[in-house]
This record gives sequence, C-alpha cells and structure tokens, in this order.
Amino acid sequence: MVGLEHYLILSAVLFSIGLYGALAKRNAIIILMSIELMLNAVNIAMVAFSRYVVPLMLTGQVFAIFIMVVAAAEVAVGLAIIIAIYRHRQTIDATKIDLLKW
Amino acid sequence: MGASVGFWVLGIIAVLAALSVVLLRDVFRAALSLILCFLMVAGLYLTLSADFLAAVQILVYVGAISVLIILAIMLTREVQRGSPSNRFRLPAFFVAVLFFAGIAYAMLNTPWQISSTPPLEPTTPAIAGLLFGEGGFILPVEIAPVLLLAAILGAIVLVREK
Repeated sequence: MVGLEHYLILSAVLFSIGLYGALAKRNAIIILMSIELMLNAVNIAMVAFSRYVVPLMLTGQVFAIFIMVVAAAEVAVGLAIIIAIYRHRQTIDATKIDLLKW
Repeated sequence: MGASVGFWVLGIIAVLAALSVVLLRDVFRAALSLILCFLMVAGLYLTLSADFLAAVQILVYVGAISVLIILAIMLTREVQRGSPSNRFRLPAFFVAVLFFAGIAYAMLNTPWQISSTPPLEPTTPAIAGLLFGEGGFILPVEIAPVLLLAAILGAIVLVREK
C-alpha cells in the first residue's frame, strides 16, 4: 500500500537531483531545467499532502497551481535572460558569466 | 492496488529521467528526458486523484515550458559543447545527499495526521470553487495575471533587438 511517505520520499529524491544539477552544471539552460525539476518535486509533495492530510479541502492542489504560474513566469524571464546573455557574450557557461563577481 | 503499481512504475521512470537530465552529456537529450519526467509527474498526479492538475501539468509543462526550453537550446549553440560539470561537482553531490538525508529523516519521523476519507473524485468544480468562490483564493488569482503580464513584458524587453 502506497502512503504519504512514499510520495514525500519520491519528491525529496527529485528535489535532491535537481539541487545537484543546479549546483554542479555549467550550462545555464541545464541549471534552469534542474530548477524546474525542483519545482515539480515541491508540487508532488503539495498534492500528496492535499490528498492524504486534507482530502476534501484541495488547498495543496491550489498551491500547486500557483507554483505552476510562478514557474511559467520564471522560465519565460530566465530563458530571455539566457538568450540576451548569449547574444552579448556568445556563451551561456555559468562559470564564465561572472561580471558581478568580485 | 492499481494506484500502488502506478506509483512505483511512474516514480521509478521519473527518477531515472531526472537522473538523465543531470547526467547526460547531450543538452537536447537532457531536455527530452526532462519532458519524460514532466509526463511521469502528470501520471503521479493521476494516482493522487488530482485529475485537473494532471491536465494542467501536461498543458503547461509538457506543452509550453518544454517548447520554450527546446527553443532556447536551439537559439544558443551550446549543443556541441554538451553539458559539462563545474569544479564543484563533488561538493554539490555531497550537499544534495546531505539535503536528501536530512529531509528524509524529518519526513519519516514526523507523525502525519493521515485522514482516511476517500478523496474528491472530479476535482475541477471544487478547485474552481476554491479559486473563485467566497472566502477562497480570489486575491492570488487576481495577482497571478499581473505577474504573468510583467513576466511576458520583461521577456519581450530582454530579447528584443535594439
């Protein structure tokens, strides 16, 4: 029988994979994709809480919808920034985009 | 029973797809496995009897966000260079493992108050009532389009040719 803990552990696994990708990768698009993975993991946890803790209230699902809205906005702006950087610097290597680093 | 089998199959495929997102050398293949992972997450929503959310997941993530990501990969010619790791590969791995251990410990040791009532089956009317009804989430619903409009305008301004 699959319970709440299974979904929570699955979401933690997906979040950790996304965290590793966001920290260890150099391609900015891969970093953005890893952030999407992390947002999806959080959504799974939200829906699992909604299903198992308050099955009749659906608040977790509403939170997941708002997370999706913010994720869509984030992807649009993030990819626009990446394309703008590529146009100026001809690279999207995150270790070479260090103008603001001191 | 069917839900358990579905959970294991979808969960294992989702984890494998997520691993190949961060491990594959080819950026385009990584994007394709990210789409597979999104699809599996939509299936997981179905096993959690969140039918509306599964449809939204397929429309927004599989339909829109993946197209944006593939478009960005095509516009930036980093495909030949692959997806190398930076020099923080090992520390990042340890941070991820430590994070997972901590959060799994916390999740498994919290006494969750599991309710045994069966879930609502068609969730769309209930979600509509929550979003637009009395005492619901109408203020965030009004704020969300403003955020989306700002994001669209920002994206247009950022990528426009001077």
